[in-house]
Amino acid sequence: MTAQARPSKRYSVFALAKEALSWHMGWEKAWASPEPKKSYDAVIVGAGGHGLATAYYLGKNHGITNVAVIEKGWLGGGNTGRNTTIIRSNYLQDPSAAIYEKARSLYETLSQDLNYNVMFSPRGLLMLGQTHHEVRGYLRTVHANKIQGVETEWISPQKVKELVPIINIDGPRYPILGALYQARGGTARHDAVAWGYARACSAMGMDIIQQCEVKGVTSAGGVVTGIETTKGYIQTKKLGIVVAGHSGQVADMAGFRLPVEAVALQALVSEPIKPCMDVVVMANTVHGYMSQSDKGEMVIGGGTDGFNNFTQRGSFHHIEETLRALIETFPMISRLKMLRQWGGIVDMTGDRSPIISKTPLGNCFMNCGWGTGGFKAIPGSGWAMAELMAKGEPGPLAEEFSMWRFKEGRFIDESVAAGVAH
Amino acid sequence: MLILECPYCGVKAEETELSPGGEAHLKRFGPGSTDEEFEAYMFARKNPKGVHFERWRHAYGCGKWFLAARCTATLEVFGTYPAQVSAPPQALQDKIKAKRPDWKGFQ
Repeated sequence: MTAQARPSKRYSVFALAKEALSWHMGWEKAWASPEPKKSYDAVIVGAGGHGLATAYYLGKNHGITNVAVIEKGWLGGGNTGRNTTIIRSNYLQDPSAAIYEKARSLYETLSQDLNYNVMFSPRGLLMLGQTHHEVRGYLRTVHANKIQGVETEWISPQKVKELVPIINIDGPRYPILGALYQARGGTARHDAVAWGYARACSAMGMDIIQQCEVKGVTSAGGVVTGIETTKGYIQTKKLGIVVAGHSGQVADMAGFRLPVEAVALQALVSEPIKPCMDVVVMANTVHGYMSQSDKGEMVIGGGTDGFNNFTQRGSFHHIEETLRALIETFPMISRLKMLRQWGGIVDMTGDRSPIISKTPLGNCFMNCGWGTGGFKAIPGSGWAMAELMAKGEPGPLAEEFSMWRFKEGRFIDESVAAGVAH
Repeated sequence: MLILECPYCGVKAEETELSPGGEAHLKRFGPGSTDEEFEAYMFARKNPKGVHFERWRHAYGCGKWFLAARCTATLEVFGTYPAQVSAPPQALQDKIKAKRPDWKGFQ
Protein backbone atom coordinates (compact mmCIF):
# COMPACT_ATOMS: atom_id res chain seq x y z
CA MET A 1 0.00 0.00 0.00
CA THR A 2 1.40 3.34 -1.00
CA ALA A 3 -0.28 6.05 0.98
CA GLN A 4 -0.20 9.18 -1.13
CA ALA A 5 -1.09 12.64 -0.03
CA ARG A 6 -4.45 13.87 -1.21
CA PRO A 7 -4.81 17.37 -2.67
CA SER A 8 -5.58 19.86 0.10
CA LYS A 9 -4.47 23.25 -1.17
CA ARG A 10 -6.87 25.69 -2.77
CA TYR A 11 -5.92 27.17 -6.11
CA SER A 12 -6.09 30.96 -6.00
CA VAL A 13 -4.09 34.02 -6.93
CA PHE A 14 -2.77 34.09 -3.35
CA ALA A 15 -1.66 30.46 -3.57
CA LEU A 16 0.11 31.31 -6.83
CA ALA A 17 1.93 34.22 -5.18
CA LYS A 18 2.83 32.10 -2.16
CA GLU A 19 4.16 29.23 -4.27
CA ALA A 20 6.15 31.67 -6.40
CA LEU A 21 8.21 32.47 -3.31
CA SER A 22 9.37 28.84 -3.16
CA TRP A 23 10.01 28.50 -6.91
CA HIS A 24 6.71 26.63 -7.41
CA MET A 25 8.19 23.52 -5.85
CA GLY A 26 5.38 23.16 -3.30
CA TRP A 27 2.45 22.26 -5.58
CA GLU A 28 0.82 18.93 -4.77
CA LYS A 29 -0.23 16.27 -7.21
CA ALA A 30 -3.75 17.04 -8.36
CA TRP A 31 -4.98 13.62 -7.26
CA ALA A 32 -3.59 10.66 -5.33
CA SER A 33 -3.04 7.30 -7.05
CA PRO A 34 -3.56 4.75 -4.27
CA GLU A 35 -3.78 0.98 -4.45
CA PRO A 36 -7.35 -0.29 -4.19
CA LYS A 37 -8.82 -1.03 -0.76
CA LYS A 38 -10.60 -4.35 -0.14
CA SER A 39 -14.07 -2.87 -0.23
CA TYR A 40 -16.02 0.28 -1.00
CA ASP A 41 -19.55 1.57 -0.61
CA ALA A 42 -19.60 2.29 -4.34
CA VAL A 43 -17.30 1.47 -7.25
CA ILE A 44 -17.51 3.30 -10.56
CA VAL A 45 -15.95 1.69 -13.59
CA GLY A 46 -14.53 4.28 -15.96
CA ALA A 47 -12.62 7.43 -14.98
CA GLY A 48 -13.76 9.57 -17.86
CA GLY A 49 -15.78 12.73 -17.39
CA HIS A 50 -19.07 10.91 -16.74
CA GLY A 51 -17.57 8.44 -14.24
CA LEU A 52 -15.66 11.11 -12.32
CA ALA A 53 -18.67 13.44 -12.30
CA THR A 54 -20.79 10.59 -10.92
CA ALA A 55 -18.27 10.05 -8.12
CA TYR A 56 -18.06 13.78 -7.42
CA TYR A 57 -21.83 14.24 -7.06
CA LEU A 58 -22.11 11.03 -5.02
CA GLY A 59 -19.85 12.75 -2.51
CA LYS A 60 -21.10 16.29 -2.86
CA ASN A 61 -24.86 15.72 -3.11
CA HIS A 62 -25.27 12.43 -1.25
CA GLY A 63 -22.38 12.28 1.21
CA ILE A 64 -21.05 8.96 -0.10
CA THR A 65 -17.26 9.25 -0.19
CA ASN A 66 -16.05 5.67 0.33
CA VAL A 67 -15.86 5.40 -3.46
CA ALA A 68 -13.37 4.03 -5.97
CA VAL A 69 -13.20 5.00 -9.62
CA ILE A 70 -11.53 2.25 -11.66
CA GLU A 71 -9.91 3.06 -14.99
CA LYS A 72 -8.45 0.65 -17.55
CA GLY A 73 -6.20 3.21 -19.20
CA TRP A 74 -5.53 6.65 -17.88
CA LEU A 75 -7.88 9.25 -16.52
CA GLY A 76 -9.79 11.11 -19.22
CA GLY A 77 -7.94 9.20 -21.96
CA GLY A 78 -11.03 7.95 -23.74
CA ASN A 79 -13.76 10.04 -25.31
CA THR A 80 -13.39 12.77 -22.67
CA GLY A 81 -10.08 13.71 -24.30
CA ARG A 82 -11.22 12.95 -27.84
CA ASN A 83 -14.19 15.20 -28.49
CA THR A 84 -14.67 18.68 -29.95
CA THR A 85 -15.62 20.16 -26.53
CA ILE A 86 -18.95 21.61 -27.66
CA ILE A 87 -21.53 22.42 -24.98
CA ARG A 88 -25.16 23.09 -25.87
CA SER A 89 -28.64 22.12 -24.73
CA ASN A 90 -30.88 23.02 -27.68
CA TYR A 91 -32.54 19.61 -27.85
CA LEU A 92 -36.04 18.92 -29.07
CA GLN A 93 -37.23 16.20 -26.69
CA ASP A 94 -38.08 17.22 -23.12
CA PRO A 95 -35.97 14.62 -21.26
CA SER A 96 -32.91 15.50 -23.38
CA ALA A 97 -33.38 19.24 -22.97
CA ALA A 98 -33.72 18.77 -19.20
CA ILE A 99 -30.51 16.82 -18.69
CA TYR A 100 -28.39 18.75 -21.21
CA GLU A 101 -29.62 22.08 -19.83
CA LYS A 102 -28.81 20.88 -16.30
CA ALA A 103 -25.33 20.02 -17.54
CA ARG A 104 -24.89 23.34 -19.33
CA SER A 105 -25.98 25.30 -16.28
CA LEU A 106 -23.60 23.30 -14.05
CA TYR A 107 -20.78 24.06 -16.52
CA GLU A 108 -21.36 27.78 -15.94
CA THR A 109 -20.10 27.56 -12.35
CA LEU A 110 -18.03 24.39 -12.61
CA SER A 111 -14.66 26.16 -12.35
CA GLN A 112 -15.71 27.81 -9.08
CA ASP A 113 -17.38 24.65 -7.84
CA LEU A 114 -14.32 22.45 -8.47
CA ASN A 115 -11.76 25.18 -7.77
CA TYR A 116 -10.24 24.17 -11.11
CA ASN A 117 -10.34 26.23 -14.28
CA VAL A 118 -12.28 24.22 -16.86
CA MET A 119 -12.13 27.20 -19.23
CA PHE A 120 -15.85 27.17 -19.92
CA SER A 121 -16.41 29.65 -22.71
CA PRO A 122 -20.09 30.41 -23.39
CA ARG A 123 -19.23 31.92 -26.76
CA GLY A 124 -22.50 31.11 -28.46
CA LEU A 125 -23.43 28.27 -30.77
CA LEU A 126 -25.11 28.28 -34.17
CA MET A 127 -26.79 25.37 -35.89
CA LEU A 128 -27.17 26.39 -39.50
CA GLY A 129 -30.41 25.89 -41.36
CA GLN A 130 -29.44 24.99 -44.92
CA THR A 131 -32.59 23.36 -46.28
CA HIS A 132 -36.23 24.31 -45.81
CA HIS A 133 -36.77 21.03 -44.02
CA GLU A 134 -34.00 21.86 -41.58
CA VAL A 135 -35.37 25.39 -41.05
CA ARG A 136 -38.78 23.98 -40.10
CA GLY A 137 -37.12 21.48 -37.78
CA TYR A 138 -35.13 24.17 -35.98
CA LEU A 139 -38.10 26.51 -35.70
CA ARG A 140 -39.87 23.66 -33.95
CA THR A 141 -36.85 23.22 -31.67
CA VAL A 142 -36.87 26.94 -30.82
CA HIS A 143 -40.53 26.68 -29.76
CA ALA A 144 -39.86 23.48 -27.81
CA ASN A 145 -36.88 25.12 -26.08
CA LYS A 146 -39.06 28.08 -25.09
CA ILE A 147 -41.42 25.71 -23.28
CA GLN A 148 -38.51 23.78 -21.75
CA GLY A 149 -36.87 26.95 -20.45
CA VAL A 150 -33.83 26.63 -22.70
CA GLU A 151 -32.85 29.98 -24.13
CA THR A 152 -32.50 29.71 -27.92
CA GLU A 153 -33.59 31.82 -30.86
CA TRP A 154 -33.89 31.66 -34.63
CA ILE A 155 -31.68 34.20 -36.38
CA SER A 156 -31.53 35.49 -39.96
CA PRO A 157 -28.72 34.81 -42.46
CA GLN A 158 -27.59 38.43 -42.04
CA LYS A 159 -27.25 37.96 -38.30
CA VAL A 160 -25.33 34.72 -38.96
CA LYS A 161 -22.90 36.66 -41.18
CA GLU A 162 -22.56 39.28 -38.46
CA LEU A 163 -21.65 36.66 -35.87
CA VAL A 164 -19.45 34.64 -38.22
CA PRO A 165 -17.77 36.96 -40.74
CA ILE A 166 -15.84 34.10 -42.37
CA ILE A 167 -18.99 32.21 -43.34
CA ASN A 168 -20.30 31.99 -46.90
CA ILE A 169 -24.07 32.48 -46.61
CA ASP A 170 -24.93 32.11 -50.30
CA GLY A 171 -23.13 28.89 -51.12
CA PRO A 172 -24.04 27.17 -54.39
CA ARG A 173 -25.50 23.99 -52.94
CA TYR A 174 -26.74 24.86 -49.48
CA PRO A 175 -27.14 28.61 -48.84
CA ILE A 176 -27.56 29.62 -45.19
CA LEU A 177 -31.26 30.23 -44.52
CA GLY A 178 -30.81 31.13 -40.87
CA ALA A 179 -29.61 29.47 -37.73
CA LEU A 180 -30.71 28.08 -34.40
CA TYR A 181 -28.70 30.21 -32.00
CA GLN A 182 -27.93 29.35 -28.41
CA ALA A 183 -26.02 32.30 -26.99
CA ARG A 184 -25.17 30.40 -23.80
CA GLY A 185 -23.70 27.41 -25.60
CA GLY A 186 -19.97 27.18 -26.13
CA THR A 187 -16.93 25.10 -25.31
CA ALA A 188 -14.78 24.07 -22.33
CA ARG A 189 -11.35 22.53 -21.89
CA HIS A 190 -12.16 18.80 -22.04
CA ASP A 191 -9.10 17.49 -20.14
CA ALA A 192 -9.59 20.07 -17.41
CA VAL A 193 -13.12 18.82 -16.80
CA ALA A 194 -11.79 15.32 -16.07
CA TRP A 195 -8.82 16.63 -14.10
CA GLY A 196 -10.94 19.03 -12.06
CA TYR A 197 -13.46 16.35 -11.10
CA ALA A 198 -10.62 13.92 -10.32
CA ARG A 199 -8.91 16.41 -8.03
CA ALA A 200 -12.15 17.20 -6.21
CA CYS A 201 -12.95 13.47 -5.82
CA SER A 202 -9.48 12.72 -4.51
CA ALA A 203 -9.76 15.60 -2.03
CA MET A 204 -13.01 14.07 -0.71
CA GLY A 205 -11.13 10.84 0.03
CA MET A 206 -12.18 8.84 -3.02
CA ASP A 207 -9.69 6.49 -4.70
CA ILE A 208 -8.98 6.94 -8.39
CA ILE A 209 -7.29 3.77 -9.59
CA GLN A 210 -5.79 3.97 -13.06
CA GLN A 211 -4.43 1.14 -15.20
CA CYS A 212 -6.78 -1.28 -13.51
CA GLU A 213 -8.97 -3.25 -15.88
CA VAL A 214 -12.22 -4.90 -14.85
CA LYS A 215 -12.17 -8.61 -15.65
CA GLY A 216 -15.41 -9.77 -14.11
CA VAL A 217 -18.43 -8.83 -12.02
CA THR A 218 -19.46 -11.04 -9.11
CA SER A 219 -22.94 -11.27 -7.64
CA ALA A 220 -24.92 -13.22 -5.06
CA GLY A 221 -28.69 -13.68 -5.19
CA GLY A 222 -29.02 -11.30 -8.12
CA VAL A 223 -27.20 -8.46 -6.35
CA VAL A 224 -23.72 -7.26 -7.21
CA THR A 225 -20.99 -8.08 -4.66
CA GLY A 226 -17.78 -6.94 -6.29
CA ILE A 227 -15.51 -6.85 -9.31
CA GLU A 228 -12.48 -8.81 -10.41
CA THR A 229 -9.76 -6.50 -11.67
CA THR A 230 -6.15 -6.69 -12.79
CA LYS A 231 -5.30 -5.28 -9.33
CA GLY A 232 -7.26 -7.93 -7.47
CA TYR A 233 -10.79 -8.42 -6.19
CA ILE A 234 -12.67 -5.36 -4.95
CA GLN A 235 -15.85 -5.71 -2.91
CA THR A 236 -18.57 -3.17 -3.37
CA LYS A 237 -22.15 -2.56 -2.31
CA LYS A 238 -22.96 -0.62 -5.45
CA LEU A 239 -21.50 -0.66 -8.93
CA GLY A 240 -21.77 2.03 -11.59
CA ILE A 241 -20.67 1.15 -15.12
CA VAL A 242 -19.71 4.30 -17.05
CA VAL A 243 -17.41 3.09 -19.81
CA ALA A 244 -18.80 4.47 -23.09
CA GLY A 245 -17.37 2.43 -25.98
CA HIS A 246 -16.90 -0.77 -23.99
CA SER A 247 -20.29 -0.66 -22.23
CA GLY A 248 -21.44 -3.81 -24.00
CA GLN A 249 -18.33 -5.71 -22.89
CA VAL A 250 -18.66 -4.76 -19.21
CA ALA A 251 -22.42 -5.38 -19.31
CA ASP A 252 -21.59 -8.86 -20.63
CA MET A 253 -19.52 -9.49 -17.49
CA ALA A 254 -22.49 -8.36 -15.38
CA GLY A 255 -24.69 -10.79 -17.31
CA PHE A 256 -26.97 -8.62 -19.41
CA ARG A 257 -27.09 -7.24 -22.91
CA LEU A 258 -27.36 -3.61 -23.90
CA PRO A 259 -28.97 -2.06 -26.97
CA VAL A 260 -25.73 -0.34 -27.97
CA GLU A 261 -23.27 -0.61 -30.82
CA ALA A 262 -19.73 0.78 -30.85
CA VAL A 263 -18.61 2.91 -33.78
CA ALA A 264 -15.74 5.30 -34.40
CA LEU A 265 -16.20 9.05 -34.39
CA GLN A 266 -13.36 11.23 -35.60
CA ALA A 267 -12.27 14.79 -35.09
CA LEU A 268 -9.34 16.86 -36.25
CA VAL A 269 -7.61 20.19 -35.72
CA SER A 270 -5.88 22.52 -38.14
CA GLU A 271 -2.65 24.39 -37.71
CA PRO A 272 -3.14 27.38 -35.38
CA ILE A 273 -4.21 30.61 -37.06
CA LYS A 274 -5.13 34.11 -35.87
CA PRO A 275 -8.53 34.42 -34.17
CA CYS A 276 -11.18 34.36 -36.92
CA MET A 277 -14.30 32.80 -35.41
CA ASP A 278 -15.53 33.31 -31.84
CA VAL A 279 -18.62 31.11 -31.95
CA VAL A 280 -19.27 27.41 -32.52
CA VAL A 281 -20.86 26.61 -35.89
CA MET A 282 -22.61 23.34 -36.68
CA ALA A 283 -23.71 22.58 -40.22
CA ASN A 284 -25.77 19.44 -39.97
CA THR A 285 -27.05 19.18 -43.53
CA VAL A 286 -23.56 19.02 -44.99
CA HIS A 287 -22.35 17.44 -41.77
CA GLY A 288 -19.47 19.24 -40.20
CA TYR A 289 -18.91 21.47 -37.22
CA MET A 290 -16.15 23.84 -36.31
CA SER A 291 -14.92 26.12 -33.56
CA GLN A 292 -11.61 27.81 -32.85
CA SER A 293 -9.58 26.76 -29.84
CA ASP A 294 -7.80 29.24 -27.61
CA LYS A 295 -4.56 28.14 -29.25
CA GLY A 296 -5.95 29.18 -32.64
CA GLU A 297 -6.53 25.73 -34.10
CA MET A 298 -9.78 25.15 -35.95
CA VAL A 299 -11.41 22.19 -34.15
CA ILE A 300 -13.44 20.15 -36.61
CA GLY A 301 -15.81 17.26 -36.25
CA GLY A 302 -18.16 15.31 -38.47
CA GLY A 303 -20.25 12.16 -38.46
CA THR A 304 -19.53 8.65 -37.29
CA ASP A 305 -18.36 5.78 -39.42
CA GLY A 306 -21.09 3.38 -40.39
CA PHE A 307 -19.63 0.12 -39.13
CA ASN A 308 -18.83 -1.45 -35.75
CA ASN A 309 -15.34 -0.57 -34.69
CA PHE A 310 -13.25 -0.65 -31.49
CA THR A 311 -9.94 0.59 -32.92
CA GLN A 312 -10.16 4.33 -32.12
CA ARG A 313 -9.34 5.10 -35.72
CA GLY A 314 -11.83 5.84 -38.44
CA SER A 315 -12.13 5.97 -42.20
CA PHE A 316 -10.27 8.63 -44.10
CA HIS A 317 -13.12 9.36 -46.47
CA HIS A 318 -15.23 10.65 -43.56
CA ILE A 319 -12.62 13.31 -42.86
CA GLU A 320 -12.65 14.16 -46.54
CA GLU A 321 -16.45 14.52 -46.54
CA THR A 322 -16.41 16.67 -43.41
CA LEU A 323 -13.77 19.00 -44.82
CA ARG A 324 -15.49 19.22 -48.19
CA ALA A 325 -18.63 20.38 -46.40
CA LEU A 326 -16.79 22.91 -44.27
CA ILE A 327 -14.79 24.37 -47.17
CA GLU A 328 -18.08 25.06 -48.92
CA THR A 329 -19.36 26.82 -45.79
CA PHE A 330 -16.06 28.56 -44.91
CA PRO A 331 -14.15 29.04 -48.19
CA MET A 332 -11.20 30.70 -46.43
CA ILE A 333 -10.17 27.49 -44.68
CA SER A 334 -9.50 25.71 -47.99
CA ARG A 335 -5.72 25.99 -47.71
CA LEU A 336 -5.45 25.28 -43.99
CA LYS A 337 -3.20 22.37 -43.12
CA MET A 338 -4.68 19.80 -40.80
CA LEU A 339 -2.45 19.11 -37.84
CA ARG A 340 -3.87 16.14 -35.98
CA GLN A 341 -6.70 13.70 -36.35
CA TRP A 342 -8.03 11.20 -33.84
CA GLY A 343 -10.92 8.85 -33.23
CA GLY A 344 -12.96 7.74 -30.27
CA ILE A 345 -15.26 4.77 -29.82
CA VAL A 346 -18.80 5.90 -29.12
CA ASP A 347 -21.66 3.71 -27.96
CA MET A 348 -24.77 4.34 -30.00
CA THR A 349 -28.27 3.35 -28.89
CA GLY A 350 -31.23 2.79 -31.16
CA ASP A 351 -32.77 6.20 -30.47
CA ARG A 352 -29.40 8.00 -30.10
CA SER A 353 -30.24 8.95 -26.52
CA PRO A 354 -28.30 7.81 -23.47
CA ILE A 355 -29.10 5.13 -20.91
CA ILE A 356 -28.96 6.03 -17.20
CA SER A 357 -30.63 3.07 -15.67
CA LYS A 358 -30.99 0.29 -13.16
CA THR A 359 -30.04 -3.06 -14.69
CA PRO A 360 -31.21 -6.67 -14.37
CA LEU A 361 -28.45 -7.06 -11.75
CA GLY A 362 -29.31 -5.57 -8.35
CA ASN A 363 -27.31 -2.51 -7.20
CA CYS A 364 -25.58 -2.39 -10.58
CA PHE A 365 -26.25 0.77 -12.53
CA MET A 366 -25.50 1.71 -16.11
CA ASN A 367 -24.64 5.06 -17.64
CA CYS A 368 -23.89 4.74 -21.35
CA GLY A 369 -25.14 5.39 -24.85
CA TRP A 370 -24.06 9.03 -24.99
CA GLY A 371 -22.98 8.33 -28.53
CA THR A 372 -21.57 11.37 -30.24
CA GLY A 373 -22.76 13.93 -27.68
CA GLY A 374 -21.36 13.00 -24.31
CA PHE A 375 -18.96 15.78 -23.39
CA LYS A 376 -21.60 18.50 -23.10
CA ALA A 377 -23.60 16.29 -20.73
CA ILE A 378 -20.88 15.39 -18.23
CA PRO A 379 -22.05 17.39 -15.18
CA GLY A 380 -25.75 16.60 -15.72
CA SER A 381 -25.05 12.94 -16.40
CA GLY A 382 -22.94 12.67 -13.25
CA TRP A 383 -25.64 14.46 -11.26
CA ALA A 384 -28.37 12.09 -12.47
CA MET A 385 -26.24 8.95 -12.16
CA ALA A 386 -25.15 9.86 -8.62
CA GLU A 387 -28.79 10.29 -7.59
CA LEU A 388 -29.63 6.92 -9.15
CA MET A 389 -26.75 5.16 -7.39
CA ALA A 390 -27.33 6.83 -4.02
CA LYS A 391 -31.10 6.26 -3.87
CA GLY A 392 -31.31 3.11 -5.96
CA GLU A 393 -34.10 4.72 -7.99
CA PRO A 394 -33.80 7.25 -10.81
CA GLY A 395 -34.57 10.88 -10.07
CA PRO A 396 -36.45 13.21 -12.44
CA LEU A 397 -33.43 13.71 -14.74
CA ALA A 398 -32.75 10.01 -15.28
CA GLU A 399 -36.14 8.34 -15.16
CA GLU A 400 -36.89 8.64 -18.89
CA PHE A 401 -33.49 7.19 -19.82
CA SER A 402 -34.17 3.65 -18.59
CA MET A 403 -32.69 0.80 -20.63
CA TRP A 404 -36.18 -0.79 -20.80
CA ARG A 405 -37.56 2.03 -22.91
CA PHE A 406 -36.64 0.07 -26.04
CA LYS A 407 -38.89 -2.80 -25.03
CA GLU A 408 -41.65 -0.44 -23.95
CA GLY A 409 -41.42 1.69 -27.08
CA ARG A 410 -40.83 4.95 -25.17
CA PHE A 411 -38.00 6.29 -27.28
CA ILE A 412 -36.38 9.65 -26.74
CA ASP A 413 -35.92 10.00 -30.41
CA GLU A 414 -33.08 12.45 -30.89
CA SER A 415 -31.92 10.64 -34.01
CA VAL A 416 -34.96 12.04 -35.74
CA ALA A 417 -34.96 15.31 -33.79
CA ALA A 418 -31.32 16.11 -34.43
CA GLY A 419 -31.30 14.66 -37.91
CA VAL A 420 -27.67 13.72 -37.42
CA ALA A 421 -25.20 12.63 -34.84
CA HIS A 422 -25.42 15.10 -31.98
CA MET B 1 -9.51 1.98 -45.28
CA LEU B 2 -11.49 -1.23 -45.55
CA ILE B 3 -11.28 -3.26 -48.73
CA LEU B 4 -13.96 -5.90 -49.23
CA GLU B 5 -14.30 -8.20 -52.21
CA CYS B 6 -17.82 -8.23 -53.61
CA PRO B 7 -18.76 -11.93 -53.87
CA TYR B 8 -21.05 -11.27 -56.85
CA CYS B 9 -18.92 -9.20 -59.20
CA GLY B 10 -15.52 -10.11 -57.77
CA VAL B 11 -14.45 -6.48 -57.47
CA LYS B 12 -12.12 -5.64 -54.61
CA ALA B 13 -14.04 -2.61 -53.51
CA GLU B 14 -12.76 -0.01 -51.09
CA GLU B 15 -15.00 1.50 -48.49
CA THR B 16 -16.24 4.52 -50.44
CA GLU B 17 -17.81 2.15 -52.95
CA LEU B 18 -19.77 0.34 -50.25
CA SER B 19 -22.45 1.10 -47.67
CA PRO B 20 -22.43 -0.66 -44.32
CA GLY B 21 -25.67 -2.31 -43.22
CA GLY B 22 -25.12 -3.52 -39.67
CA GLU B 23 -25.16 -6.98 -38.12
CA ALA B 24 -25.88 -9.94 -40.39
CA HIS B 25 -27.93 -13.10 -39.81
CA LEU B 26 -30.56 -11.38 -37.66
CA LYS B 27 -33.57 -13.52 -36.90
CA ARG B 28 -36.61 -11.46 -37.73
CA PHE B 29 -39.61 -11.23 -35.41
CA GLY B 30 -42.91 -9.60 -36.23
CA PRO B 31 -46.56 -9.90 -35.24
CA GLY B 32 -47.17 -12.71 -32.73
CA SER B 33 -43.72 -12.59 -31.18
CA THR B 34 -43.07 -11.65 -27.56
CA ASP B 35 -41.95 -8.15 -26.54
CA GLU B 36 -38.50 -9.52 -25.66
CA GLU B 37 -38.05 -11.16 -29.05
CA PHE B 38 -39.17 -8.06 -30.88
CA GLU B 39 -36.93 -5.79 -28.81
CA ALA B 40 -33.97 -8.11 -29.39
CA TYR B 41 -34.62 -8.13 -33.12
CA MET B 42 -34.95 -4.35 -33.27
CA PHE B 43 -32.24 -3.18 -30.88
CA ALA B 44 -30.09 -5.84 -29.19
CA ARG B 45 -27.00 -6.29 -31.30
CA LYS B 46 -24.10 -8.59 -30.47
CA ASN B 47 -21.62 -5.70 -30.83
CA PRO B 48 -18.60 -7.97 -30.26
CA LYS B 49 -15.06 -6.73 -29.82
CA GLY B 50 -13.65 -9.25 -32.25
CA VAL B 51 -15.26 -11.37 -34.96
CA HIS B 52 -18.33 -9.68 -36.43
CA PHE B 53 -20.59 -10.80 -39.26
CA GLU B 54 -22.14 -7.89 -41.04
CA ARG B 55 -24.06 -6.70 -44.08
CA TRP B 56 -22.61 -4.52 -46.78
CA ARG B 57 -24.03 -3.22 -50.04
CA HIS B 58 -21.90 -2.78 -53.12
CA ALA B 59 -23.62 0.59 -53.55
CA TYR B 60 -21.47 2.07 -56.32
CA GLY B 61 -20.95 -1.27 -58.05
CA CYS B 62 -23.42 -4.05 -58.70
CA GLY B 63 -25.77 -2.67 -56.01
CA LYS B 64 -26.24 -6.01 -54.28
CA TRP B 65 -26.16 -6.85 -50.58
CA PHE B 66 -23.46 -9.25 -49.42
CA LEU B 67 -22.09 -10.36 -46.05
CA ALA B 68 -18.63 -10.02 -44.55
CA ALA B 69 -16.71 -11.39 -41.58
CA ARG B 70 -14.50 -8.77 -40.00
CA CYS B 71 -12.65 -8.20 -36.74
CA THR B 72 -13.90 -5.04 -35.00
CA ALA B 73 -10.78 -4.89 -32.81
CA THR B 74 -8.24 -4.89 -35.66
CA LEU B 75 -10.34 -4.17 -38.80
CA GLU B 76 -8.98 -7.39 -40.36
CA VAL B 77 -11.35 -8.76 -42.98
CA PHE B 78 -11.68 -12.56 -42.91
CA GLY B 79 -13.82 -12.91 -46.00
CA THR B 80 -17.05 -12.07 -47.78
CA TYR B 81 -19.91 -14.24 -48.99
CA PRO B 82 -23.28 -13.95 -50.73
CA ALA B 83 -26.24 -12.91 -48.59
CA GLN B 84 -28.56 -15.83 -49.41
CA VAL B 85 -27.47 -17.93 -46.42
CA SER B 86 -28.57 -18.17 -42.79
CA ALA B 87 -25.06 -18.88 -41.43
CA PRO B 88 -21.53 -18.09 -42.58
CA PRO B 89 -19.97 -20.78 -44.85
CA GLN B 90 -18.13 -23.50 -42.91
CA ALA B 91 -14.85 -22.85 -44.76
CA LEU B 92 -14.92 -19.22 -43.62
CA GLN B 93 -15.75 -20.22 -40.03
CA ASP B 94 -12.77 -22.63 -40.07
CA LYS B 95 -10.52 -19.89 -41.42
CA ILE B 96 -11.60 -17.52 -38.64
CA LYS B 97 -11.14 -20.24 -36.00
CA ALA B 98 -7.58 -20.83 -37.25
CA LYS B 99 -6.79 -17.12 -36.96
CA ARG B 100 -8.69 -16.50 -33.71
CA PRO B 101 -8.42 -19.70 -31.62
CA ASP B 102 -10.33 -18.16 -28.70
CA TRP B 103 -13.31 -17.21 -30.89
CA LYS B 104 -16.44 -18.84 -29.48
CA GLY B 105 -17.82 -19.64 -32.92
CA PHE B 106 -20.88 -18.43 -34.82
CA GLN B 107 -23.95 -18.21 -32.57
